[in-house]
Amino acid sequence: MQTAAEAVQKRAEQVPDERGHFGPYGGLYVAETLMAALQELAEQYQRLSRDEQFQRTFAADLAEYVGRPSPIYFARRLTEKVGGARIFFKREDLNHTGAHKINNTVGQALLARHLGKRRVIAETGAGQHGVASATVAARLGMECVVYMGSTDIARQAPNVYRMKLLGAEVRPVESGSRTLKDALNEALRDWVTNVDDTFYIIGTVAGPHPYPLLVRDFNAVVGREARQQMLDREGRLPDALVACVGGGSNALGLFHPFIDDEGVALYGVEAAGKGLETGEHAASLCAGRVGVLHGNKTYLLDNNAGQITETHSVSAGLDYPGVGPEHAWLKDTGRANYVAIRDDEALSAFHDLCRVEGIIPALESSHAVAYAMKLAAKMKPDQTILVNLSGRGDKDVNTVAAIEGIDL
Amino acid sequence: MNRIDARFEELKRQGRAALIPYVTAGDPTPDHTVDILHALTSAGADMIELGMPFSDPMADGPVIQAACERALSQGADLAGVLASVDGFRREDADTPIILMGYMNPIERFGTQEFLRAAARAGVDGLLIVDLPPEESAEFNRDAAGQGIHQVFLVAPTTSEARLDSVMAQARGFVYYVSFKGITGASHLATGEVSEAVGRIRGHTELPIGVGFGIKSADDARQVAGFADAVVIGSALVDAVFRAGPEHSAEAAHRFLAPIHQAMTPEEATA
Repeated sequence: MQTAAEAVQKRAEQVPDERGHFGPYGGLYVAETLMAALQELAEQYQRLSRDEQFQRTFAADLAEYVGRPSPIYFARRLTEKVGGARIFFKREDLNHTGAHKINNTVGQALLARHLGKRRVIAETGAGQHGVASATVAARLGMECVVYMGSTDIARQAPNVYRMKLLGAEVRPVESGSRTLKDALNEALRDWVTNVDDTFYIIGTVAGPHPYPLLVRDFNAVVGREARQQMLDREGRLPDALVACVGGGSNALGLFHPFIDDEGVALYGVEAAGKGLETGEHAASLCAGRVGVLHGNKTYLLDNNAGQITETHSVSAGLDYPGVGPEHAWLKDTGRANYVAIRDDEALSAFHDLCRVEGIIPALESSHAVAYAMKLAAKMKPDQTILVNLSGRGDKDVNTVAAIEGIDL
Repeated sequence: MNRIDARFEELKRQGRAALIPYVTAGDPTPDHTVDILHALTSAGADMIELGMPFSDPMADGPVIQAACERALSQGADLAGVLASVDGFRREDADTPIILMGYMNPIERFGTQEFLRAAARAGVDGLLIVDLPPEESAEFNRDAAGQGIHQVFLVAPTTSEARLDSVMAQARGFVYYVSFKGITGASHLATGEVSEAVGRIRGHTELPIGVGFGIKSADDARQVAGFADAVVIGSALVDAVFRAGPEHSAEAAHRFLAPIHQAMTPEEATA
């Protein structure tokens, strides 16, 4: 008989299928005009993912440009404060541009170059993926256009200017709710129009196949490093992994190399906003339903007529009504657990980390920290939790000050 | 027989191409939709493409995005779209109706339930923009089970190899997207489009319609010279919007009539 571990491993090897399905999720739900470009991308990526030269170039860029490997750090005082399991951080906040996002954009920029595209486009919510895309475009001398909802432009002015400094054009999106989902629509419209010379750098493990696969693969360096670092430092694997989930790229990057490690519990933390019961949240996995958005089938937030609803989170990077299809599948198979943390809980964890560890975390990552603190308190001191500290919080200083009524 | 097939047979006998106007259901309000549909048929529409409004219409340009937003703000939903078709059918038993839209509202309605309700209301065809042949085997079979044709898009980027996989599921007619882009954008390169239509004919016996970027009577006349159907959407939606809600049906008629006239061969009018 097949053991549970074997079943999980078998599943991990089987997904996605050649058309990008993770069980019933994922796939290619796009207009016909994009099918040829996506099929070409899938074929090229399949080839390059096994190409030693490509992988060597990617690894060298991660080492020399991003600053990898990022360290793991034992949060001694936070552990003492909570009392319970020992809490470690994977320090993605120390990467160039300040978050895990750069791992993916470095990889996709290399793909764009291989495909001979001279122009890249990206969507952005908080601006982190936009900055990471503008960064790699500048480095490779490519034209870069970033689509950003006008609502987000107003609340993320420093990142808008950063993208401009890096030579990117930031195009405001005035349709729909004028946030991340609308920026994604507009980027898809641009891509349909300019598909011959343009590469679309999607910022998360969502979108049509092969994006959920390749974004996961480019971020999996996080989990591969962390797994080895924990073995080297502690002589064993952590008991639990915790990461925040908007689209879900930092979480999958951490989780994926641990999927077959049955003893490692996986926790994805969504944004509960003002509370799941208020409807003002961004927790697609915890409170959504299965539907089709932005090229894939997944859990999403919509009304009873199937119209996508506006989401709420204090963290712009989690403010998205869908989630990567592999997370949907990990939820259904029970391999990962999905939970949600409210704005006020995330803010409280943000302050704790500032004062107790001298680290200003991104508000996105603060959701993971908040849940890890809850979880640690219920675990034993000889157990360990590894949290993906996916980004640094410099970008959020204005937001936090505004919430607390402080005029900077 | 499906009304789409019947209408194309009739048009073939008359030696005419079909004129297919597109409007978004529920724009400017759900109460206006049935009147607009009748105004379009009285102006010479051979079939009608009726948009199902969606919050995230990723293949549509600004004009149809705005139409979706107006319709949704007035409470439009799939039940309302089907009610409009049903209302239209009380006075028009023959003009084929093709619903065009995106998958998520249908998923939420329940695919089987939707197909049954659409068939009951008198829907003849469905064009789901984000449901390519790769994802639609089951939907295609179920739609056929209800007597509804699933219409597919073919784009300038569609390879010869893919054409056959599209045609394996296509029913009613094939909708050729005249350029790489979103609805309402760009200008028509008639020569290239004509060549592409010729290429597609090598893969199917189905009638071939052309849409995206047809804005004027002159565009429509040229396309009618080599295609079996001419779809005109954004320019019509814009004209109806500019006229204001009270004059929307009248504006739809005024916009479409000269296009119909331009497409009608002289021997047919004589």
